[in-house]
Amino acid sequence: MNKHLEEYIVEKSLLIVTVISIIIILLIIGFIFIEGMPAIQEVGLIDFVFGMEWSPSNDIYGIFPMIIGTIEMMIVSLVIAIPLSVGCSIFMTEYANTTMNKILKPTIQSLAGIPSVIYGFFGLVVLVPFVRDTFGGTGYSLIVASVILAIMILPTIISVSQDALLAVPSTYKEASLGLGATKWQTIYKVILPSAAPGVITAIILGMGRAIGETMAVIMVAGNVVQIPGSLLEPLRVLTSNIAIEMGYAIGLHYNALFATGIVLLIVIMILVLIADYIGYKSRVQGSGDL
Amino acid sequence: MSKDIIEVNNLNTYFDDHHVLKNINTSIKSNSVTALIGPSGCGKSTFLRTINRMNDLIPSFRKEGEIYYDGKELYDPSVDVVDLRQKIGMVFQKANPFPKSIRDNVAYGLKIHGEDDESKIDKIVEKSLKAAALWDEVEHKIDESALGLSGGQQQRLCIARTIAVQPDVILMDEPCSALDPISTTKIEDLIHELKKNYTIIIVTHNMQQATRVSKYTSFFLNGEIIESGLTDDIFLHPSQEETENYITGRFG
Repeated sequence: MNKHLEEYIVEKSLLIVTVISIIIILLIIGFIFIEGMPAIQEVGLIDFVFGMEWSPSNDIYGIFPMIIGTIEMMIVSLVIAIPLSVGCSIFMTEYANTTMNKILKPTIQSLAGIPSVIYGFFGLVVLVPFVRDTFGGTGYSLIVASVILAIMILPTIISVSQDALLAVPSTYKEASLGLGATKWQTIYKVILPSAAPGVITAIILGMGRAIGETMAVIMVAGNVVQIPGSLLEPLRVLTSNIAIEMGYAIGLHYNALFATGIVLLIVIMILVLIADYIGYKSRVQGSGDL
Repeated sequence: MSKDIIEVNNLNTYFDDHHVLKNINTSIKSNSVTALIGPSGCGKSTFLRTINRMNDLIPSFRKEGEIYYDGKELYDPSVDVVDLRQKIGMVFQKANPFPKSIRDNVAYGLKIHGEDDESKIDKIVEKSLKAAALWDEVEHKIDESALGLSGGQQQRLCIARTIAVQPDVILMDEPCSALDPISTTKIEDLIHELKKNYTIIIVTHNMQQATRVSKYTSFFLNGEIIESGLTDDIFLHPSQEETENYITGRFG
């Protein structure tokens, strides 16, 4: 075949494939907006986003408790997951020997392969009764949902931040050790700052997974629409709201669920932008003065 | 006559089963420059890295024999490797400044050793950069990133960073191999200055450089020291045929 023709066909086919993927995503987003906007118009943007009550039988649709609940759950799970996963990735890259890594790596990777319903089931039969018996309440709570989520996002943060740590040039490490720095000084003064943008990317990915997770959260969060006042109170998050009610929603209720999806999309976009900005800042500093 | 600061007795090193250094016996005179020459892969860098125990980072590394530094065996369990590396500094083949400001690069060693008096740090930073003949070029941009400097400047910055922690010995692993002739001349001038206060061991592939900067030379071949002595003797009257072949460029 003519070389130029081949080149042309390959280029154009790849272009078409790319365009198709983007169109699919845009179609889904467009569909969510088309289905969701009537509810926002009907209820009013302010009442919808900041409304404290969600009562479909009375045609009252306010999702503010769920927005706050989603953010609270994300923050608590990150607070649990970040020290564990970053610590683990430092241990694996800097301290563990080859034999330990041969065991640790596949173990952590297989954590990522466990379906979320299994994590939810574990939370339901182990953590919920434990919290109920130890701290009181029903056990369906912010803390159980956050712990389960934290475990679920561990493998993501560990493996991505491990890649970032491994990518730090070994010359930095040698320079630091050569000046008489201890291993730990070298890690927190040279290796971690150099790997910071990658570690932040890892946390963003974990965060994305935490917000999007639905199944496991439904099983342990209690799904009461309220702003949880303590770690032991139940909550409902945005994703759960859609999953729980979509089976029977009609009319305005149905549109309101799609509107919940719009808000979820926007919340995720804002968080990713914030995290991206932090990553950008630390990258700029990385080349300047850490 | 200066004294021996480092003495090596029957040193053998291995990476797994690979026997790298074979029966090395030599000594290094203090406050002088010793050049290590020899073809690639002959063990010069391994020898250098054995002296400040950088090879400890490689799990398969193993050593037999003794290296005495100031009368103490370097690999003795009572030796603190962190203190040791402060006393025996190293300048690497490729300049490796940290992605930090010029000032922070030089201050790094001071800070990790617990110095937190900023005005004292500033003084030592200035002194070290002057000693590395870099101060005049960077004085006005001391808080800018070190990665913006030229290769030669970066290498002198690495030397300043090493000097700042006040070592006794500076190991240099082909410090000029990635530099242009002008930067090389600057580093060589610097070595002449530094030998007044420091013991310098330099690995080089450049025969002229060895004759220009060093007082003593050891010729390595296949993991053995074939010949050591005064640089003038080695280059003018080599006693071994291999040495003569190497320095006249017949192999290597």
